[in-house]
Amino acid sequence: MNNNFDWKKYLIVFLITVGLFVTASYVSNYFGEQKINQLKSIQDQIAIDILSSETQFSLLSELSCKNISDSVYSPELDELGNKLEWSQKNLGITEEVTYLKKYYALLQIKDYLLAKKISARCGVKSAFILYFYTTAENCSLCEQESMVLGELRAKYPELRVYSFDYSTDLSAVNSMLQIYKIKDTALPALVINDNVLTGLQKLEDLDARIKESFKLQEKVEGDSKNNVK
Amino acid sequence: MASITGSIFYILVFLSVYVQVFFFVTFLENRKKIITRNGKIKLKSYPTVTIAVPCWNEEKTVEKTIRSLMKLNYPKDKIKFFLINDGSTDGTLSVLNSFKKYPNIKIFDKENGGKFTALNLALKNADSEFFGCLDADSFADSESLIRIMSYFENDKEVMAVAPSVVVDNPKNFIQKAQKVDYNMGVYFKKMLGFLGAINVTPGPLTVFRKKVFDNLGPYKHGHNTEDMEIAYRMQKNHYKIDHCNDAYVYTNTPATVKKLYKQRLRWIYGFINNTIDYKNVLFKKKYGNFAVFTLPMGIISIVSVSYLFGKIVYNFFNFIYTKLIQFKLIGFGFKSSTFNFDPFFINTQSFIFLIILVYCLVVFAILFGSKMTKEKKIFSMNTLYFFPVFGFIAPFWLLKAVFNTIINRKPSWR
Repeated sequence: MNNNFDWKKYLIVFLITVGLFVTASYVSNYFGEQKINQLKSIQDQIAIDILSSETQFSLLSELSCKNISDSVYSPELDELGNKLEWSQKNLGITEEVTYLKKYYALLQIKDYLLAKKISARCGVKSAFILYFYTTAENCSLCEQESMVLGELRAKYPELRVYSFDYSTDLSAVNSMLQIYKIKDTALPALVINDNVLTGLQKLEDLDARIKESFKLQEKVEGDSKNNVK
Repeated sequence: MASITGSIFYILVFLSVYVQVFFFVTFLENRKKIITRNGKIKLKSYPTVTIAVPCWNEEKTVEKTIRSLMKLNYPKDKIKFFLINDGSTDGTLSVLNSFKKYPNIKIFDKENGGKFTALNLALKNADSEFFGCLDADSFADSESLIRIMSYFENDKEVMAVAPSVVVDNPKNFIQKAQKVDYNMGVYFKKMLGFLGAINVTPGPLTVFRKKVFDNLGPYKHGHNTEDMEIAYRMQKNHYKIDHCNDAYVYTNTPATVKKLYKQRLRWIYGFINNTIDYKNVLFKKKYGNFAVFTLPMGIISIVSVSYLFGKIVYNFFNFIYTKLIQFKLIGFGFKSSTFNFDPFFINTQSFIFLIILVYCLVVFAILFGSKMTKEKKIFSMNTLYFFPVFGFIAPFWLLKAVFNTIINRKPSWR
């Protein structure tokens, strides 16, 4: 009668399937590494940009603000932020992604300090928001705040938003948290014009604060011009 | 929680890949045995055959069905046709009566009792060595029976032979999508035939040695899938079922989503409930590949589709929720929605490659199945209908069949 069970075939197909899984994860890792490398090269580029801007600033600061124009702003910083966020979701929180996030946080702080200096000295119209969020736990308000900030960023090209993951284990980030006294229980948190705001901030409120920030600047500019006269 | 659903997902992907690889390996092992004959063949001897045509309100198609039987290339004195009117309320009986004059046609009229009762009436009156059935919505190719009979002649152990069921004259996209499904079914059925693991002996012209019924008893209700129940019973008793790939039977398929849904619901409900009835054979290697491969595969596909559907529905509502929140927060938005393609954002997680592989193997099954059914255009546009139609509707009948099983409600025939 008909008995057609061949366990060897089941085993062979099992081994082939395992082989396919291993190959798929190898290919996946290969692309993952390519992505990490791409992130690294973007970061290196930003690091060079910032260093170059700092140097340029030191060289020219005594003379003129003319030459320090848009070049100081590195738009790659946003792109890098998006890609890192995506990587964390899709590649998982690997050591490399964590390392890159630290580096990114550092670059943001440097960019922030430099951009602030330039803005103050050369009167470049700009507004700064420091944004603290968390990925350690499910923070739906953080996601909502990110939407609002993304919208504002699109509306005001002069607005620079620096986002910091609360759980980034980096002394520079910790110092910022200490300076602004930000606790993980009050996330998302924003710093704008040295005011610390916690919880979800609505679009209209932030919009008003950004405009305020621009006004303040104009005032400072006007004052400094008057002083020169 | 996320890691549990993630693990379930990867286990289901693993099992899906396993099933497809199993079929493909079976194909590679047996590909030289797949022979498609052209033209007429002859047998050493011509045993007697009875073909039963159970009819329930089939006045539109039954005449064509009977004409196709009368054109079968088989000695007229060796074949009998039993036309059974199962309490039709339309003009079926008068159509059947118009065939009274033919000596090898016998007409039965009975009260409605369901397809299996009509078949059992035919079985009771049959005295031939072989017994077959042809659904009244299907038409047999003139060479189909003799090719089926050649399988019995070549292998004395074969107890039943199923034909290749092909969609007849598909008109709309629902039927075109089913044509692809049936062609793919021909490939899978052939592979299951090689594995000795066929679980359905379909209504359109499966032929049995009559002793199958003498030994195992007549047809049963089988949750409205009597053609599945008899196959399960045969497998349980180690009766060999084969598939004759070049015996073509053309069948009418549902033309609307609603009718297709009802038909598939009945099939899946039948699968689930027959499997429950025969749960004792599951995973027992003495019942062969049927118990270790076919039945678990069916269960895996039901679980996978249900899971994937759940995931898609969850993602869909999540997306809507996010959009609503976004609208509440920022209105329609200032952000220009220019789409910037960056290959960085292409998902390269390992499951993507495995799902692509599964799809490739399914497409291979469709193409090879189409070749086996002598489709003129193997790369047909119909394939494009298949994935959306079945991808979108199949989860509904699957879940409904599971649901009906749980609350134990039986689906109607049509």
